[in-house]
Amino acid sequence: MLEIKNLHVKLEDEDKQILKGVNLTVEAGKVHAIMGPNGSGKSTLSYVLSGRDGYEVTEGSATLGGEDILDMEPEERAAAGLFLAFQYPVEIPGVGNMTFLRTAVNSQRKARGEEELSAGEFLKVVREKAKALEIDANMLKRPVNVGFSGGEKKRNEILQMAMLEPKMCILDETDSGLDVDAMKLVADGVNALRDEGRGFLVITHYQRLLDHIKPDVVHILSDGRIIKTGGPELALEVENNGYAGLKAEVA
Amino acid sequence: MALPQPKLDTLDARLTVLDLPDDNGCLKPAREDALARLHASGLPGRRDEYWKYTRPETLTSAEVIPAALLSERETPVFDNVDRVRLVFVDGVFNAEASDDPSLAGVTIERLADVAAHDIHWAKDIYGVLETRGQTPVSRPLAALNTAFATDGLVIHATGKAAKPIALEYLHQSETSDAHLHHVIKVETGAVVTILEDGPAAARFNKVMEVEVADGGTFHHVRAQGRDHQRRAATHIFARLGEESVFKSFTVTMNGVLTRNDCVLELTGDNAVAHIAGACVGDGDFHHDDTVFITHDALACESRQVFKKVLRNGATGVFQGKILVKAGAQKTDGYQISQSLLLDDDSQFLAKPELEIYADDVVCSHGSTSGAIDEEGLFYLRSRGVPVGEATDLMTLAFLAEAIQEIEDASLAENILARLEGWMARRRKD
Ligand SMILES: Nc1ncnc2c1ncn2[C@@H]1O[C@H](COP(=O)(O)OP(=O)(O)O)[C@@H](O)[C@H]1O
Ligand SMILES: [Mg+2]
Repeated sequence: MLEIKNLHVKLEDEDKQILKGVNLTVEAGKVHAIMGPNGSGKSTLSYVLSGRDGYEVTEGSATLGGEDILDMEPEERAAAGLFLAFQYPVEIPGVGNMTFLRTAVNSQRKARGEEELSAGEFLKVVREKAKALEIDANMLKRPVNVGFSGGEKKRNEILQMAMLEPKMCILDETDSGLDVDAMKLVADGVNALRDEGRGFLVITHYQRLLDHIKPDVVHILSDGRIIKTGGPELALEVENNGYAGLKAEVA
Repeated sequence: MALPQPKLDTLDARLTVLDLPDDNGCLKPAREDALARLHASGLPGRRDEYWKYTRPETLTSAEVIPAALLSERETPVFDNVDRVRLVFVDGVFNAEASDDPSLAGVTIERLADVAAHDIHWAKDIYGVLETRGQTPVSRPLAALNTAFATDGLVIHATGKAAKPIALEYLHQSETSDAHLHHVIKVETGAVVTILEDGPAAARFNKVMEVEVADGGTFHHVRAQGRDHQRRAATHIFARLGEESVFKSFTVTMNGVLTRNDCVLELTGDNAVAHIAGACVGDGDFHHDDTVFITHDALACESRQVFKKVLRNGATGVFQGKILVKAGAQKTDGYQISQSLLLDDDSQFLAKPELEIYADDVVCSHGSTSGAIDEEGLFYLRSRGVPVGEATDLMTLAFLAEAIQEIEDASLAENILARLEGWMARRRKD
């Protein structure tokens, strides 16, 4: 599904190398987790994959379903099936959450040559999915993320993911700022989307999210490189020994 | 004090090509008075304080600069609204194209007919509110209008009007130079909505004087046509009585030069005045909102919301003042002017002013100028919204606060649809 090869990324405006040769393949139906200390490049990886400005790929490649995505516009990547749940969801004053969701869904359908959803159909689906995430009508009406609590923002990300039904979901620290109940809600939302045809890349700093979203593979990212790959037990090792212990072991 | 020579020359040149209407009725004293004031003040010049950001030459010149007509005829903005439609072609009322002007609760007359009368209530407003609005800032183009306007409407609202009165201004001559003057009186308990739509003329000078009596309600929604080359200088002068409501919204799309002055005087306690504007300009576009609100009574509320979207070298100007007189305690004044600059070539010039002589008031003002929020744009695109559509969505979101000032939802829809159309025509993807 998602294949990242020898990916080197630097900041566009600065001579600062952030990713130093990342190799990673997420197969359809699998959940991969990336763990790593703060500043190791986790968010950078997720932004580069989704096409944010400010980064320069100096070497390597990234493909989705065999298609090179690095030359695509962000909206083309989205239409191709890539989704990023932001670590810091963006507030957009003046744009209603519902308008935002409908525009997004229909833009992607249009890009894929599919029929747009009617207002009625859309409303029906959105209500149902919002309910599962305990997102009320008021939150749907308000401007995108404006005045939302941390937990509300993260649930709103998962709602978008549920509506867009992407092939490849990247979740960047979706657990940060969540209490236990909210985390469970979010994890249930993610697990409900787990499917043979869908891949997940779950980025997290802590192990606790992985208790709820069980990964197939765990990678440790440190200073722009994946220094270790293993099964779910690797997450526990991080939990017990910290990243320092791991780094020492690899070095 | 004698006028400096350049001002004298400009005024002489302008007056040579204008004839004082030969109506000998009730408006004549106001016309003569306006002319006398004009001789004292001269026409606006570059050095005048309130013309620093907007060049007045093409508004004061003897000759009109020709303005090409829009190639396709636009559907009227309020076409789907049940309304009394009154049509002006290049500043001249056209009865055949208009609806029957009878409407319960409202009397509508033509200025030319009123001017022929010896006695008419309109003489207590015509030129009177305009004169009041000349201090402390002189507005010579309005005096010029009072002196020379031959057409316009005189509207007397005595009850709740069942539907809006829509003035449609068609621009059909490339060299038309129109002066229109409307007089509106809203009596106690009366409610009226005035809609205006269209570019009106190659050069359009319009004055609207509005007297809102105690407990009267006046709504105004205006769309200033999207002809590119037209020039307009418009003035609204309004006086508000106790517990009266005045709400005015203007959308401007295109136009090489638009200067909209609005002068409001809150003279009765608990009056409410809202004035808002949304403009979108692309390239050779200059748009100036100049507002002066005087609080002269207790516990009045005024609100100014102006938003400008500027691209390809367009210029926006905002000059807004709130004057709170001594004794106007409990005043609630709010003013915001913002521009969204879609590129580095465009500019926004703002001069917000507060002058307060009462101590128990709440007044706030703010002015900002900025580019589109890149974070928001990326967020929308990352969800699959193409960059053009995402930009438009963000742009409309920027304008939303001004559009929300329109109370009637269906009128707001019409305005929104026009703005969407304007953006869609410029979309790159
Ligand atoms: N736009 C940027 N400007 C400056 N530094 C950046 C930018 N993006 C990332 N960095 C730097 O790159 C490194 C990796 O950041 P990030 O990808 O956010 O790490 P993580 O998500 O693992 O905490 C950090 O040192 C961070 O300061
Ligand atoms: Mg991060």
